[in-house]
Amino acid sequence: MTLPLYPHDAFGTYGGSFLGTLIGMAFGFVLERAGFGRARNLAAQFYLTDTRVLKVMFSAIVTACAGMALLSGVGLLDLSLITVPETFLWPQLVGGLLLGAGFIVSGYCPGTGVVAAASGNVDGAAAIGGVMLGSLAFGFGYGPLERFYLSGAMGVVRIDELLGVPMAAVAAAVVAMAVGAFLGGEKLERIFAGKAGEPAPDSPRASR
Amino acid sequence: MQLDSNAPAERPFWNPYVAGVVLGLVLLGSFLIMGFGLGASGAVTRIAAFAVDLVAPKAVESNAYFSQYFGPGRHVLGDWLVFEVLGVFLGGAVGAYSAGRMKLGVDRGPRVSAGRRLALAVAGGVLMGFAARLARGCTSGQALTGGAALSLGSWIFMMAVFAGGYLVAPLVRKEWR
Repeated sequence: MTLPLYPHDAFGTYGGSFLGTLIGMAFGFVLERAGFGRARNLAAQFYLTDTRVLKVMFSAIVTACAGMALLSGVGLLDLSLITVPETFLWPQLVGGLLLGAGFIVSGYCPGTGVVAAASGNVDGAAAIGGVMLGSLAFGFGYGPLERFYLSGAMGVVRIDELLGVPMAAVAAAVVAMAVGAFLGGEKLERIFAGKAGEPAPDSPRASR
Repeated sequence: MQLDSNAPAERPFWNPYVAGVVLGLVLLGSFLIMGFGLGASGAVTRIAAFAVDLVAPKAVESNAYFSQYFGPGRHVLGDWLVFEVLGVFLGGAVGAYSAGRMKLGVDRGPRVSAGRRLALAVAGGVLMGFAARLARGCTSGQALTGGAALSLGSWIFMMAVFAGGYLVAPLVRKEWR
């Protein structure tokens, strides 16, 4: 047996939609349990009083990346069947900056806004309403944006292929980077949460 | 109506590292089953295009960007991502309800009114909606998914998201601290 099980949605539209709903449910459930349905938990990342966003995101990336590297290493996963987002250098750089700015202003990213709305947070629903308006603005303003949207096109560029090393080597480097970021995050939390007179996030007093 | 984060029945959030590993397993599961990862903003865009299509079909169906969602044998909502985000909503609701966190309210800092907080949520959302289309994805489809798949552009996007957040955070400090 080779993974992925149903590449290119060979499973069929209905089956794919059903699986999509299930996978999405797991995604939403974990985001909620991570505390990402609350804007203040997310915003705290940018004031360094709680680096929960960094910890969750990097642990997730490391887990999925190392898992894929491992499974392809033992021949269970065909990496060539994994869809990798294409690189468009400039729109991704500028889009990232703008999305980060929108994140700290709205308190959510698009996915966490959905989770917030689902748990009764009206500000999450407001953020999603804004995302709808913003994407409509992009679409209706697409004409003059098209040149920039297509700029820096490099096709699919995987960092391991770019460096000419095995995926496992880059995965290991990402793990090392994540551990460093976690240690730094823990240290910064103690400094900035202390300054703000708040308990450090993982101390018992902070558990909610 | 203000959310009370000290409500007695509420269960604590998961340890962030545990939550991250479980999230990573969900993402890995999506890759191993479907061959692609998770997403969010694309579905929200499709729902917005669908809403406009109800009142002004010409406007979206002949639009240079949105026309990709329409056409014979295609439905703007007939996409894997739309079902996945429906699942995110359901899973988020189950998570909040089962942890005693399902409450109507506005999550906001101590110095900001609910009205101002909601206005800023919309404004930030507009910025993100535009940005996510420009970057071809958001924190889910680019940072998380592309990050795990080691896409160069996704890593640049992710670093830029953090940079943008830290650059603007001092300007909106009153909203949160």
